[in-house]
Amino acid sequence: MKKILCILLAVVMVIGLLAGCGSSAPATSSATAYKLGGTGPLTGVAAIYGNAVKNAAEIAVEEINAMGGLQFDLRFEDDTHDAEKAVNAYNTLKDWGMQISLGSVTSKPCEATSAETYADRIFALTPSASSVAVVSGKDNQFQMCFTDPSQGSLSAEFIADRGLASKVAVIWKNDDVYSKGIYETFVAAASEMGLEVVSDTTFADGNDKDFSVQIADAQSNGAELVFLPMYYDAASLILTQASTAGYSPIWFGVDGMDGILTLEGFDTSLAEGVMLLTPFNADSEDEKTAAFVKKYQEKFGEIPNQFAADAYDCVYAYKKALEAAGANPSMSAQELNDLMIKTFPTMSFDGVTGIGMTWSSDGTVSKRPMANVIQNGTYVLLS
Amino acid sequence: MSFLNFVISGISLGSIYAIIALGYTMVYGIAKMLNFAHGDVIMVGAYVCFFAVSKYNLPPLVGVLLAVVICTLLGMTIEKLAYKPLRSATSLAVLITAIGVSYFLQNAALLLWTSNPKIFPSFFKRAGADATQAVNGVSLFGGQLRISYVTVVTIAVCLVIMVALTLFTSRTKMGKAMRACSEDKDAARLMGINVDSTISLTFAIGSGLAAIAGVLLCSAYPTLVPTTGSMPGIKAFTAAVFGGIGSIPGALLGGILLGVIEIFAKAYISTQMSDAVVFAVLIIVLLVKPAGLLGRKIHEKV
Amino acid sequence: MKKLWKNKTTRKSFVTYAFVVLAYVILQSIAAGGGMKSSLKGMLVPICAYVVMAISLNLVVGISGELSLGHAGFMSVGAFTGVTAAIALQNAIPNAPLRLVVAMVVGAVFAGIVGFLIGIPVLRLKGDYLAIVTLAFGEIIKSIFNNLYVGMDGKGLHISLLEDKTHLMEDGRLIIAGPMGIGGIQKIATFTAGFILILVCLFVIFNLVNSRSGRAIMAIRDNRIAAESVGISVTKYKMMAFVISAAMAGAAGTLFALNYSTVVANKFDFNTSILVLVFVVFGGLGNMLGSIIAAAVLTVLPEALRGFATYRMLIYAIVLVLVMLATNSPRLKALLARLVPGRKEEGTDG
Repeated sequence: MKKILCILLAVVMVIGLLAGCGSSAPATSSATAYKLGGTGPLTGVAAIYGNAVKNAAEIAVEEINAMGGLQFDLRFEDDTHDAEKAVNAYNTLKDWGMQISLGSVTSKPCEATSAETYADRIFALTPSASSVAVVSGKDNQFQMCFTDPSQGSLSAEFIADRGLASKVAVIWKNDDVYSKGIYETFVAAASEMGLEVVSDTTFADGNDKDFSVQIADAQSNGAELVFLPMYYDAASLILTQASTAGYSPIWFGVDGMDGILTLEGFDTSLAEGVMLLTPFNADSEDEKTAAFVKKYQEKFGEIPNQFAADAYDCVYAYKKALEAAGANPSMSAQELNDLMIKTFPTMSFDGVTGIGMTWSSDGTVSKRPMANVIQNGTYVLLS
Repeated sequence: MSFLNFVISGISLGSIYAIIALGYTMVYGIAKMLNFAHGDVIMVGAYVCFFAVSKYNLPPLVGVLLAVVICTLLGMTIEKLAYKPLRSATSLAVLITAIGVSYFLQNAALLLWTSNPKIFPSFFKRAGADATQAVNGVSLFGGQLRISYVTVVTIAVCLVIMVALTLFTSRTKMGKAMRACSEDKDAARLMGINVDSTISLTFAIGSGLAAIAGVLLCSAYPTLVPTTGSMPGIKAFTAAVFGGIGSIPGALLGGILLGVIEIFAKAYISTQMSDAVVFAVLIIVLLVKPAGLLGRKIHEKV
Repeated sequence: MKKLWKNKTTRKSFVTYAFVVLAYVILQSIAAGGGMKSSLKGMLVPICAYVVMAISLNLVVGISGELSLGHAGFMSVGAFTGVTAAIALQNAIPNAPLRLVVAMVVGAVFAGIVGFLIGIPVLRLKGDYLAIVTLAFGEIIKSIFNNLYVGMDGKGLHISLLEDKTHLMEDGRLIIAGPMGIGGIQKIATFTAGFILILVCLFVIFNLVNSRSGRAIMAIRDNRIAAESVGISVTKYKMMAFVISAAMAGAAGTLFALNYSTVVANKFDFNTSILVLVFVVFGGLGNMLGSIIAAAVLTVLPEALRGFATYRMLIYAIVLVLVMLATNSPRLKALLARLVPGRKEEGTDG
């Protein structure tokens, strides 16, 4: 017993020392830079989303700091896509002296941290946590992405307006807040619009490899369009397996589908004709977008997805809001919080995920999603 | 016809569980430990093959061989560094060490290969003009029934491995030494068997199989991320217990049954509750046959 | 008193109590003095919950000698039923500490009932087969909570499975929303409540271990057949340990969930069960103080490693393996025994 105690304590002390050394790296944080913090999954199953946000935020901060004016000091902590760890990560950032926050990357952890930022009066603008619970009832929580319900209803409207199909199938992820949120409003809006949902099947973590049953169900019920409210990694498997099964309906995705074309080794011809509503298009000719994509590729060897784009916009939106409000870095988190609550609903912001974005005071963003269809391995805007 | 299609999907999924379960069951049979890092060795094998084929344009067969070699070495190294010093410790201590190794492999993979998914190349298709025209399976009954080549290959490989392993353990000297170790290590040692090297050999074979399992897993379900191996690993462990852990034909039977039950549960009960159904069936089977389907009942000595 | 002190088990339990009380007093006084970092402050309640999880699992694995891989399932039952009770009673019991206690009791009772129901089939099996069945039950519980909808309105509680069929009235509130779990939880869990829960659990376990039943449980662990032959009912005593352990895990689950504004079923998966098992093995089978220290240290460790940024979890894994090797390898053990003279091996390992 003593032995174990000794060893454990020794280990902890050594680590504490090492950790102390690690974090005592030259801190550039005087009162000249805003301390901007965020949490997201950098390890574990959802690591891809957290890393995208972290990378893009780093690029934006580098660019802004290089301009010489307003300065940011960015710190991004791992939350492993878990509410408990996210609160721990948030508290670490609070100890560091975070003044403004990027919230959390994924919805459930962000719900947990948003309750904390709300209570501590630290302003948060999340790039990608899209569930309604993140912002509802909290005056200082804002989103850069669409809320899940708006994506669901917009998709149903688009399908009905264009007369793309009358019989639709939905495949959704049963243990995922994002997927479930979009699914619910999609089904509700679809029935209002006169679309018939003929097949409704799910999958879950650990059960996300074989989709033969879901595809067969959609196929045998004669669905002309399959709605996929999910991320692109699962969607890529569905597209591959449907092609094997000889099923080729119209595939309709949401913003999580973005990234499918840049999957390493993915045969993009499988995604031919896939439609998706997304605010970001990495192939866009837009000058800002092109510059961002180029820089991201140079630095990280990958094409940024929509998570990265939202994060990039978040940092620039902060820059604009802080400048407009006449804030300075020596202000306390509470002072900045009050300023940001006032400023965000009044400003209009142009970024890589949309032009003329505005926020309502409940924290939700309004921007126009672009309907894209994949042709010859690139997005083509549907007018 | 959809029933038959589901049977085929089930067998295809199950044969992959089976091939992973073979590795679990071998190691368990000899070393009496649950090697939870097995799933992650699978992931390493898949990555090695992916890079060999997609990045360095090596022929698929060379890629697979390279994966087998690297995984075998990895398995032996893990065994030597992490498990061997614990030979006399409780099986629980080894279990926790295996979990530590599993965390290590996952996080090392994350650092080395990033979290971005890689799409595994498909080896098993006849070339076509593009993916939609390529033939990656055989169609029967005018296209109503489709069997992909991956399924055919997986089942064939599974059977070959099972037969080879059975022959190896029953005919060769080393295989007999393995069985002797699994019966009674001390008695085996007295008979002049080098128990340590026999266990190392078991790990080498188990890890080599893991590499093949990784390639087949990712050929069938091509998204490859650092956590690719963990869930199939747990499912395969379940399959191994289902069939009777320690039994080689049991792993095959358990794996295939698990796959078929999973697909049937999705198709005929509920996609939402399919995992619950699979595990409920497992519980019922174990209550009726407490040592799994083909497991040996060990009589306790008083 | 002197006689009591000479009794090894009594002495051990006193040391454990003293350690827990001392830790509480020190931490509480640092917090009161304002010298505590928010990162540590935020971890106090989860540490308490994990400590209770660890000692309750130790009762099953260490004392009763059965490997359970589904302990997080009971935590899940406790979390969901306890939080539902806390929300439903929000108006009936305005006093937060009292509501917390009631919620924990509800969580413990439900988890105990589930433990009993699961125990009936599980305890008929042995060894690794028992382990896999507990794993299976853990996954089933996760699956059920991922598909469970519970709402409350003026007419009471409405429960439905698979899809939301609660049809609540205007004033109703959907408490458990399937995969979205429970949101908007009032955070009423406190460190003091966690501390008291730990003491209560320790009290129950130590009293059980020193009682006739406890000796029967350990006799079954050490030699089932011999125990049976002297007339000890194996099922009864195994069930006793299993249900008590499940109830404690349920209370821990409630405490844990009431510390965050949101809880989802996926939190209590196989990985959480394994994590708790790691605490138990780390601390030593049957050794409650060891479990407490291991749970606390291993909960803090990943946070303390944040300085390593991306290498954090890699280093965590290495530390885990190294400590397991250091504490279990016979060669290192012999070395340590020589360095620390006058120690005897404590043979608690089953």
